Amino acid sequence: MRRVKRPRGALPLFIVLIGLACLLACGRTPKAAPSGLERIRAAGVLRWGGDIQGGEPYVYDDPDNPGHLVGFEVDIADALARELGVRAEFVQNDWSNLVPSLERETFDIALNGLEVTSARVGRVLFTRPYYIFAERLMARKDDASIRPDLTALKRTKVGTLANSLAFDMLRDAPDLVVYEGVDEPYADLVSGRIDAVLLDDIIAARYGEPKPELRVVGDLGEGYYSIAVRPSEPDLRDAVDAALEKLATSGELRRILEKHRLWNERQDKLARWTDEDQRKMLGGETGTSTPPAPPEFGTGHVVLFLRGAGVTLVVSTLAMAIAIPLGLLLAVARMFGGPWVARVASAYVELYRGTPVLLQLYLLYFGLAPIVKLDAMSAAVIGLGMNYAAYEAEVYRAGLQAVPKTQLEAALALGMSTRLALRRVVLPQALRHAIPNVTNDFIALLKDSSLVSVITVVELTKQMTITAVDVRSWVGPGILCAALYFAMSYPLGIVARRLEKKLEGEREARAT
Amino acid sequence: MIRVHAVEKRFEGRTVLAGVTVHFERGKVTTIVGPSGGGKSTLLRCINGLERFDAGRIEIGGLTLGPSTKARPTRAEQATLRSIRQKVGMVFQHYGLFSHMTALENVMEAPVHVRGIPEAEARERAKALLDQVGLSHRRDAFPRELSGGEQQRVAIARALAMEPEALLLDEPTSALDPERKAEVVRVLRDLAEAGTTMIIVTHEAAVLRDVAERAVVLREGRVVDEGAPSEVLR
Repeated sequence: MRRVKRPRGALPLFIVLIGLACLLACGRTPKAAPSGLERIRAAGVLRWGGDIQGGEPYVYDDPDNPGHLVGFEVDIADALARELGVRAEFVQNDWSNLVPSLERETFDIALNGLEVTSARVGRVLFTRPYYIFAERLMARKDDASIRPDLTALKRTKVGTLANSLAFDMLRDAPDLVVYEGVDEPYADLVSGRIDAVLLDDIIAARYGEPKPELRVVGDLGEGYYSIAVRPSEPDLRDAVDAALEKLATSGELRRILEKHRLWNERQDKLARWTDEDQRKMLGGETGTSTPPAPPEFGTGHVVLFLRGAGVTLVVSTLAMAIAIPLGLLLAVARMFGGPWVARVASAYVELYRGTPVLLQLYLLYFGLAPIVKLDAMSAAVIGLGMNYAAYEAEVYRAGLQAVPKTQLEAALALGMSTRLALRRVVLPQALRHAIPNVTNDFIALLKDSSLVSVITVVELTKQMTITAVDVRSWVGPGILCAALYFAMSYPLGIVARRLEKKLEGEREARAT
Repeated sequence: MIRVHAVEKRFEGRTVLAGVTVHFERGKVTTIVGPSGGGKSTLLRCINGLERFDAGRIEIGGLTLGPSTKARPTRAEQATLRSIRQKVGMVFQHYGLFSHMTALENVMEAPVHVRGIPEAEARERAKALLDQVGLSHRRDAFPRELSGGEQQRVAIARALAMEPEALLLDEPTSALDPERKAEVVRVLRDLAEAGTTMIIVTHEAAVLRDVAERAVVLREGRVVDEGAPSEVLR
């Protein structure tokens, strides 16, 4: 017998990849750019990064003129560019990755409600602030138990945005719920999924306070929106700082903030901002400009990552436990059901395959909240399960079609009912054909399950993004995250390949 | 025991059976012969309800199967079909063994799950039947591990396990080489000697010579001749 030599799986390749990633990470030195200001002047463009998803009043699509951006940060960026003698150009970027993208030189400055936090101070240069906000605590009107006390707040079910200043303040709260959009926390507060929301007053005023069911509990401290510049370009920071000071003292900044109904007495300080204020903002009360060292990526994080991997595994497994029987039912309904049953099953498959799973999760969790209030974990499992059922249905349908028609006839000729023939003869064979594809789908599901972070489930990928911002590096968290996904999917891949080979062997044996 | 009366069957506008009337007696072996496309297999498939027909009727041991135009049989029709299929066993040209079951499991399947016979009892019966077709040593083999002749003999044992009143065989030897054919013919001859009612669609000379007592000639959907094989097939 001739044996073909094969490399032993993908494990060595994976190790090589990790090694490459390490090399790239270590070998990367900041590009020597003597002057960021000169570069911008030469290009005639100041590229500023922000996220339109943040919505009103930061940067958003003009509802009266779609495709045209408006917002107080658009006005500030235009005014700054004017002071620098260049043109402002907006670069869309996911909000939670503004700092890494700034480092990758996707844009020159980050200007998008970027709060001055100790984590960010160690990584970027901050200009003087262009807005001073308060952390505003909101609760339901009918819930008097929530008080403006941070220690007490950490014991309640409280929600906020990922990687925000409020997130930093609440990070050790055990029941913290982390959102990615600004409207969802308040929607969940109204529906009772959470009991309090702590967010910047700008956000609270736009998205929380208009809701009649909610009340303002109070403000828990102040924070600053400031413009972030790469550490290698201090001259650009100084130039932007000077331009910002001019806008603040000339009254231009106040005019912009008033135009967007953002002005209040707290902003008076912007025009009287001193070097001492700047030191305090960046370094805390001591006035030193050395920021606290970022937390090391270490054992504590590994535990969090393992917990995230556990959530990923549980969500995927339970979702597959829904998808397999539901998919089987749909496939049988499509092939053997009456005309109406088959039509309904086809419609289900087409609908779920034809729309993004992200949208389905949103509708299930937020859209249906007024009718059915699923908790995040159930919504994640049901949402993914129902979506994957559509794909499984097609896999089983192919499996059923691969069973020769004579098998069904032979069963019927023995006096079996169609149902018995399907159960005893056709389905067991169809499932054997389907097993490799089902295993492949499960591997895909393991990775697709990262989508459930949009409905506040913290699984492996979400844990990775949170940690990466925390420790100011994507390398360690990224490698650990990849390794954990790999550790979960690689054994499944081996199983799938073995099954495939076994079935292939059977088919060959039958053909001879 | 099986009476086919004026059965007509059209398939996509083509007439396959044009009013076939023929009787099959208990304990006799009848072969259906004739050119390809003459309607032999279709007639056999009509008798156990794998094909529906457009006119006429078929009586089998007190049960009557009528014409049907509906795509899906009604609940009552389904019950009648199941009763008929338990009275007449069917053996296919390409065996149709359940490929995920061993030879023994193939034979046990219908007695246990259709008739509700206890598994231990069904197992003993199945062993005896495999012994009868000369395959007691191949009990635990899967269909893919069996030769064509062996598969066909398992298929015959499987049909016999339901203790049918008659056995329908659709070209049971035509997919086999001469040596394998002989094995199957030997089994058929044993069955005939034991008084099994059989209707066999075949071209096989040995079956006609050694097994059949009567031959029916079907041409263009009609019975054109019937009688002793030696007379009909001069």
